[in-house]
Amino acid sequence: MGAKVLIDADQVRRTVARIAHEIVERHPDPSAIALVGLHTRGVPLAMRLKRLIGEFSGMEPAMGTVDIALYRDDVGVGGGRRGVVPVVGETILDFDITERPVILVDDVLFTGRTIRAAIDAIFDYGRPPQVELAVLVDRGHRELPIRPDYVGRNLPTGKDERVTVHLSEIDGSDEVLLEEAP
Amino acid sequence: MSARRSLIAMSDLDREDVGRILRTATRFGEVMERDIKKVPTLRGRTVINLFLEASTRTSTSFELAAKRLSADVVSIKGSGSSLEKGESLKDTILTLEAYDPDVFIIRHPHVGACRLAERYTSAAVVNAGDGTGEHPTQALLDLYTVQREVGPIDGLHVAFVGDVLHSRVARSGISAFRMMGAHVTVVAPPTLVPRHLGEALGAEVSADIGDIASADLVYVLRMQRERMGAGGFVPSLREYALLYQVSHDRLRPGQRVMHAGPVNRGVEITSALVDDPTTLIERQAGNGLVVRMAVLYDLLAEPEDAPFGSGALAAVSA
Repeated sequence: MGAKVLIDADQVRRTVARIAHEIVERHPDPSAIALVGLHTRGVPLAMRLKRLIGEFSGMEPAMGTVDIALYRDDVGVGGGRRGVVPVVGETILDFDITERPVILVDDVLFTGRTIRAAIDAIFDYGRPPQVELAVLVDRGHRELPIRPDYVGRNLPTGKDERVTVHLSEIDGSDEVLLEEAP
Repeated sequence: MSARRSLIAMSDLDREDVGRILRTATRFGEVMERDIKKVPTLRGRTVINLFLEASTRTSTSFELAAKRLSADVVSIKGSGSSLEKGESLKDTILTLEAYDPDVFIIRHPHVGACRLAERYTSAAVVNAGDGTGEHPTQALLDLYTVQREVGPIDGLHVAFVGDVLHSRVARSGISAFRMMGAHVTVVAPPTLVPRHLGEALGAEVSADIGDIASADLVYVLRMQRERMGAGGFVPSLREYALLYQVSHDRLRPGQRVMHAGPVNRGVEITSALVDDPTTLIERQAGNGLVVRMAVLYDLLAEPEDAPFGSGALAAVSA
């Protein structure tokens, strides 16, 4: 099964930097907003954005993480193998969410269902004044009316193809791969 | 879609499963600190609590666990149901099956009731205590409590003291602590230890209460008078207490005490020790909720169709 590199390490770096600039442009006081990374790869992306926004503007946004395992709409009860349900990751939102615009950060935007679940999850903590979405890759095929506010790259893909994002914090290197359906 | 994922005995789980359930329980601990202590995970699912033997802690915490996960919960007690009119467990299960439940949580006075129930339902079955059989969720919450309050279980020395013969808490507990790498000693009068228990579960057996001295944890078991019938297991409760009651005098500093409740004060344990805040007894009861939420969460099946987006979740378990 061949995997094609769509975005290399250098392009990932520049793309994330551009998103950081766009966020600063839209939010002149970044210290008043919060970046919330979605487990797993949205978390290191949000951390990179926080650092870059701090460099560019001198003000760092608040940072949180959200895990959507408890908010999924596609799991059943009963059959199947043990241990294949998603591990529940940490949700940490230790700021007052009702006072800060929230920017959700994820690696790949696909059907939109993950984002729907993340919005539900953060609303259990309170009602943020605004929610935006930043993604490294938008691969299309939306199944819900969800649109990103900050997009690293639009990648037209087939529905059966698989887009895999590697980030150095987790995978040892930065790259975005396209794999054919098995 | 072969085997359904019920939890009836500790042997249904391996060490990895236990580790995962305990980690998930920690996450539910975080959910319980939120303003909205409820998540939509089991929305639209039906959980039936069938409690055919007395219970406070287990039935309450299972019911609340299912509700905090947004399931629809029906709780049925032995008295007040058609079981009083003589309906058998099998017929009760078949009747309730008509409502298409996803999970049965069953407590029953007889060993094997859950395995029987499993034959007549397509729902997952969770054993909430079957007679003198097993009580796996109690064992899991005991492990969770020890991990949080004492530390890693691997290498720990645990002494189970008292009525092992009638104790499902001990049967599941010994298996669970052994599975996680603890050294287990059973201390009890020989009449209250099942034959071959030592070899079967990999525990040392002693009749001398002095042998609790080397344990890090002393797990006190309730004298189950209701299961002793005409008796003959011990000459008298007074004599039992004299020889085996766990008290401050018999403990050395630093030893932690557990008891699954309900407690017979002055029989297997002194009243003063039950009220001592350094014991883990109250913590055990409190941890029942998040551990049972984790057990219910763990019954969820893998998604049947395409992965849930190709982003965060696909690799979460890595």
